[in-house]
Amino acid sequence: MTNVVIVGGGPAGVRAASILVEAGLKPILVNEARQVGGQGYRMPAKSLALDLKVLMGSEAGKYRRLHSLFASLEKRIDYRPATLVWGVHDKVLHTLCDGVAGTIPYDALILTTGATDRIMPLPNWTLPGVFTLGGAQVILKDQGCLIGSRIVFLGSSPLLLLAALQYHKSGASIAAVVDTTPFSAKRAAMRDLAASSRTLARGIMYRAALHWAGIPIIDGATPLAIDGKDYVEGVRIRDGRGRERLIPCDAVAYGYGLKPETQLAELAGARFRFDPTFRLWLPETDADGRAGADLYLAGDSAAIGGADAAEASGALAAHALLADFGRPQPETELVRLRRQVGRLRRFQKGLARAFAWPVEQVAALTDETIACRCEAVTVGEIRGAVRAPLGPREVNRVKAITRCGMGRCQGRFCGPALQEIVAGACGAPIAEVGRLRTQAPVKPIPLHAAAELEP
Amino acid sequence: MRAIPRHGVPLRITIDGHAVEAVEGDSLLAVLLLNGRAVRHLEFGGAPRAGFCLMGACQDCWVSLGDGERVRACTTLAVSDMIVWTDHQKAGAND
Repeated sequence: MTNVVIVGGGPAGVRAASILVEAGLKPILVNEARQVGGQGYRMPAKSLALDLKVLMGSEAGKYRRLHSLFASLEKRIDYRPATLVWGVHDKVLHTLCDGVAGTIPYDALILTTGATDRIMPLPNWTLPGVFTLGGAQVILKDQGCLIGSRIVFLGSSPLLLLAALQYHKSGASIAAVVDTTPFSAKRAAMRDLAASSRTLARGIMYRAALHWAGIPIIDGATPLAIDGKDYVEGVRIRDGRGRERLIPCDAVAYGYGLKPETQLAELAGARFRFDPTFRLWLPETDADGRAGADLYLAGDSAAIGGADAAEASGALAAHALLADFGRPQPETELVRLRRQVGRLRRFQKGLARAFAWPVEQVAALTDETIACRCEAVTVGEIRGAVRAPLGPREVNRVKAITRCGMGRCQGRFCGPALQEIVAGACGAPIAEVGRLRTQAPVKPIPLHAAAELEP
Repeated sequence: MRAIPRHGVPLRITIDGHAVEAVEGDSLLAVLLLNGRAVRHLEFGGAPRAGFCLMGACQDCWVSLGDGERVRACTTLAVSDMIVWTDHQKAGAND
């Protein structure tokens, strides 16, 4: 029987597994987390008196459906929770579970590795109390904890409003929601966003609810710095009218939308192209998620699309795999799924304009600002390397000289900013400075785990 | 801070020599943050850090256990009698 492995237990992975099970296969589902659901449909840790209706809102039904779908599948698949895939080589996955290294060979691989927050460095952004926006939601859903008692939601993302509202309902005091994209840009993107009117309506609802709760929403602001010595004490911004303001707080939820986790896709042989809308290098796939021989990508790790697109693209990838292994698939269902995924991903492109990555902030970053939080590499060190005589204009060479992107997170959080800083320093278009190459292990593993691999 | 109560089995762990209360299901990072503002100090220059992504991606919340093993606090559950050192050298000194 064909050995099919799915990596990732979010909506894309679970849905892909269900299609394969319906076709009579028994896929292996490898999940780094202990529970399925991914980040968005994350199950709370046990004994937490969590009201999911409050937290999930209109998505509570989908959350429940995904978890009951998985419950019906669990015995019919080979489920491997709490298992990290840290490398891919010659159609073998290298894993680590409970400190023990292992390998999983595959005939076909579906990667649904999700996304993380995209971050722009800011003076003092490494202070305790600054967390990613996604992380602020995760610790609430998973642990029932808030990142602080008075919080600024900062960056540009539709999730700023949602997260702020979840925190407000959970008893947090919200100092402000500060969105760097001007409201005029949001209005201009409205036509694209109308393609998914339900999501657009939800966004407007969140905004209204925050407004009624008396929470200031500041659009078109420029963040200047995080204030504080040993931990966050405030956020300094310049508002849309050019006035500098200090917003006191003890925590900041920070993010500029999401960035696909593509490390395993790259190791498995996916090719990448530069996407000018997101200003990121994204894996190349066909409409069904084919990314190479026996390699399929789905969910946010293929292209940011949200939970509904993740489910549909997971199903598509599984259908594509089955078709490639000689099993005809229902064409009308494929057409429907392609249409749905296409529509939802186009909507995300509209969102990328309404909640923009703040390119213009790069030139204003002070040299002292830390770009790489793992290795404490500053923006000035990167600029200095690029501007040195015969200095590199390619991010991997800049990484080799400065160590930016070489730390434990492997450039997940500094990578997008590094591209912008290098392009800005040498005056090249961003697509020409390249992208950070992935190396295994994609996450830290103990040395003995790597050593066990040697014959 | 805790927003939603947890009604689970109470347990006790030790952070840098101080006993703290936790509940079964708590992540190590949640316990650390409920009991202090910094989780560790950066190897390069010693700046205080408290994690960042809270989902196992940024690798900025690694701490050491009593036996010297290093763990990522956000994806590790607190278990009874766990000994946690935020400074790896102290963990080594107590082997």
